[in-house]
Amino acid sequence: MPDATREILRVADLHAFYGESHVLHGVDFIVSEGELVTLLGRNGAGRTTTLKAVLGLVDRRSGSISVGGAETVALPPHRIARLGIGYCPEERGIFSSLTVEENLLLLPEVGAGGMPLDEIYEMFPNLRGRGATQGTRLSGGEQQMLALARILRTGARLLLLDEITEGLAPVIVQSLGDAIRRLKEHGFTIVMVEQNFRFAAPLADRHYVMEHGRVIEMIRKEELEGKMAALHEYLGV
Amino acid sequence: MSEVFGIPIQAFLGQLLIGLINGSFYAILSLGLAVIFGLLNIINFTHGAQYMMGAFVAWMGLKYLGINYWAALLLSPLVVGLTGVVIERLCLRRLYQLDHLYGLLLTFGLALVVEGLFRQGYGISGLSYPVPKLLQGGENLGFMYLPIYRAWVVVASLVVCFGTWYVIERTKLGAYLRAGTENPRLLQAFGINVPVMVTLTYGFGVALAAFAGVLAAPIYQVNPVMGSNLVIVVFAVVVIGGMGSIFGSIVTGLGLGVVEGLTKVFYPEASAVVVFVIMALVLLVRPAGLFGREA
Ligand SMILES: Nc1ncnc2c1ncn2[C@@H]1O[C@H](COP(=O)(O)OP(=O)(O)OP(=O)(O)O)[C@@H](O)[C@H]1O
Ligand SMILES: [Mg+2]
Repeated sequence: MPDATREILRVADLHAFYGESHVLHGVDFIVSEGELVTLLGRNGAGRTTTLKAVLGLVDRRSGSISVGGAETVALPPHRIARLGIGYCPEERGIFSSLTVEENLLLLPEVGAGGMPLDEIYEMFPNLRGRGATQGTRLSGGEQQMLALARILRTGARLLLLDEITEGLAPVIVQSLGDAIRRLKEHGFTIVMVEQNFRFAAPLADRHYVMEHGRVIEMIRKEELEGKMAALHEYLGV
Repeated sequence: MSEVFGIPIQAFLGQLLIGLINGSFYAILSLGLAVIFGLLNIINFTHGAQYMMGAFVAWMGLKYLGINYWAALLLSPLVVGLTGVVIERLCLRRLYQLDHLYGLLLTFGLALVVEGLFRQGYGISGLSYPVPKLLQGGENLGFMYLPIYRAWVVVASLVVCFGTWYVIERTKLGAYLRAGTENPRLLQAFGINVPVMVTLTYGFGVALAAFAGVLAAPIYQVNPVMGSNLVIVVFAVVVIGGMGSIFGSIVTGLGLGVVEGLTKVFYPEASAVVVFVIMALVLLVRPAGLFGREA
């Protein structure tokens, strides 16, 4: 499936550092257009750091990260985002000094054909009519929806989503699942870091398993059943 | 009625006006400091020197180039703001990762250098700057005489302060500033050129100081140390209002100017220290300042 299509993200021999601490030790993976790929691994495996390194948010990085064919390892973060990346951070990153509406409209356009507001509100009806509320006054689930909604508006085609289901009630997780499915139908390319494997498994085309700052295995959707035992081993569940 | 609490009303209103004028300067200057501190995390001790530069650039513009007051009101903040841009690019940029102390030391050192240079060039006796024609004279309000220029200073400061407040709290540009103050790295990851925003913000904060300097030129003597006395009080104002709070710095600046003025009427001996007494009390009760967020 990925072979014939266009590569949107190619990460090769990626090393990343926070200050002196060397966290990624040569990460390799590829994501093709329209694919949904997960990064799995135990706590501290380096999944969040991988997303941050792609965005240029670590203190230092080396190796190669090409986004839509453009090498980005020497670019500052704002230039990288402008290549059409949307980022949903692990801590959600809703700005507390901004209203819900300001949070939603804050991000600059990074590509053509962003999702219209009507459609965004249809996807996340909880956000409708909450525009004047302070961003961080929303419930955790609503903040997560806002964090997703605001990157859909920008025209980003590659979405990096970090643990979007963390700490949320099952109903909310389910509606996030529906939203992700719709985004896939819309042709978004998605990289998802997810602790909740039951959430991720039915959505993803492929899984990359990380350990100690490296990718140690790639598992396709079709191979999943046969590799369940190994996967349990990797994830320590 | 010609007395308030046993004080002649003329004296009372006169001091109230002086308090408002001082408060206007406190407000503009502490607003600039708050904007800078919010985004850059730097306590800009050069602020007083930049206020002085604002006055000097206006004075030099008039003397050497014949640039009038109104043009100076625009040009001087622009010129001094540009020097701020250069300082940010060359020096401040290197300090953001470090403790506040480094920024404080650097900006304090810069203030001494700048003041020293102007003292070398112009001495400390003070130069006078004429009140512009349009604002000369005064109005007899019946109960007091109101010098027009002083009224203008209060109005101009209020317009600039609340204009700044409006832009920061109510516009898209302000939303970028608030978001950048809260989480600059994330904002940059969304595609905003945060380093340029930081540079321009410092330039703007410095331009505010210079604007205050031009306003001050016709009232006070233009001299190299005019900022260093003022800026001490302004830092007390910032501490009382709460570091980084936009609205707080404006209200606290005006309020303390008035309190100081009235203290001159009722208990002149305390007028020089009243702001610092209030600062001590506020720090005891609300360490984050009146409008600051508790950490
Ligand atoms: N800002 C930081 N400074 C120094 N070390 C960090 C920093 N952030 C993360 N690390 C370290 O980097 C390693 C990888 O962390 P990362 O956040 O990428 O893990 P993760 O796979 O996302 O796991 P989880 O989110 O479940 O904790 C961990 O050992 C972590 O302690
Ligand atoms: Mg993580």
